[in-house]
Amino acid sequence: MNFTINVWRQNGPKERGGIATYKVSNISDDMSFLEMIDVLNEQLIIQDIEPVVFDHDCREGICGMCSMFINGEAHGPGRGVTTCQLHMREFKDGDTITIEPFRAKAFPIIKDLMVDRGSFDRIIQAGGYVSVNTSGNLPDANATPIEKQDADAAFDAATCIGCGACVATCKNASAMLFTSAKVSQLSLLPQGKIEASERVMNMVKQMDLEGFGNCTNTGACEVECPKGISIENIARMNREYLSASITSK
Amino acid sequence: MDLSAGLIRSSLARKYWMALTGLFLCSFLVVHLLGNLPLLTGNKEMFNSYAHFMTTFPLIKMVSYLLYGSIVLHSIDGLLLARSNKAARETRYVKYNGKANASWSSRNMAILGTLTLVFLIIHMKSFWYEMHFGNIPTYLTNDGAELKDLYSITVAAFQQPWYAVFYVISMMGLGFHLWHGFSSSFQTLGINHPKYTPIIEIIGKSFSVIISLAFASIPIYLLLSSINSID
Repeated sequence: MNFTINVWRQNGPKERGGIATYKVSNISDDMSFLEMIDVLNEQLIIQDIEPVVFDHDCREGICGMCSMFINGEAHGPGRGVTTCQLHMREFKDGDTITIEPFRAKAFPIIKDLMVDRGSFDRIIQAGGYVSVNTSGNLPDANATPIEKQDADAAFDAATCIGCGACVATCKNASAMLFTSAKVSQLSLLPQGKIEASERVMNMVKQMDLEGFGNCTNTGACEVECPKGISIENIARMNREYLSASITSK
Repeated sequence: MDLSAGLIRSSLARKYWMALTGLFLCSFLVVHLLGNLPLLTGNKEMFNSYAHFMTTFPLIKMVSYLLYGSIVLHSIDGLLLARSNKAARETRYVKYNGKANASWSSRNMAILGTLTLVFLIIHMKSFWYEMHFGNIPTYLTNDGAELKDLYSITVAAFQQPWYAVFYVISMMGLGFHLWHGFSSSFQTLGINHPKYTPIIEIIGKSFSVIISLAFASIPIYLLLSSINSID
């Protein structure tokens, strides 16, 4: 397969970026999107052009590194996939493909397609944890009964890999789906309930400080989320934040 | 903890106020529509005494200030939200496929809201301002009470085709705004439940269609009946 690739090139965070156009040929339809970029980069190196910088790590859909905005969608046209799980057979031979970095004020571009998602880490640091003593005699995990529905919902929320597709796809660059998933995975479980009010207040505060946008409830985030995180989590966070604001001392 | 952060300054708080004022404005739409139905039946007496009641009854006057407050808050809050949303993405995408994952109305709430606000200002100038501060001719009813003849003013206004067309377009804008806004406000207030959310969505969509069509039918009916009476 042959493609025309329009890719965003930007030398550094403060530099002006722009679209560069390259041709790639002899691409197998079984290749993942990242493998296609690898081929493109090999070709650029031969032509003495600096290769396209992009984030990637596990290449099996669990690390959340491959942040690419492909043809106007986070992680491209596929559903429930990261960029490394997107295959070239999803495109037609001869297609022009536009690749951009995830764009948000809170995700500054480092170079080309690589962005800094440290803002997510700072949201987690603000409250995405449970304070327990992990040394010495710990109670048996199964000693505390947890309703199946809650355990499942907490697990579903915990499958969030923090890739940032929700922010990238949101017309407001809002981090509500990410933050609410991280709030929910803990607040649904007995161990996490203890700090629930403080957690939601602090994480939302940090989310706002990072400069993410507001939630318009378009639902685009849950459609583009590679892990299918539901916007039910956003409603849960709205609920918890409202009651925490009113009842906290 | 700081109450003002949670209920005034945070991004979530701004949305709570958006949802609460929006839902309150929805309840107003129902009352307003019911009050205007006499325009469709040509019941001048009923319409004028309704208008008189709405502008003079003390309890209604109190609620009306709440209504004006809600309109102002919903508009300013919406403007602030739209501004911070714009600031959250400094460089726009070269290619952005919004329709792939979200409805048109949900992506255009600010534009639809602005259209509705422009409509509201013109609408209030035409009728609300005239009723409160203008010189509307009065007449004596059979009971001897003096009533302002808002009915004739309204009927005359919609005999101008451009005015009626502007109303119909504005009501379509309002309809799309409600199509997303009604159910979205429940989500913002944290109400999302597998049993109730589908029902809320059906109610919201029916509400937006019924309200916008019913309001739009008034100028259409008045315009058509004026054309017929000329013939």
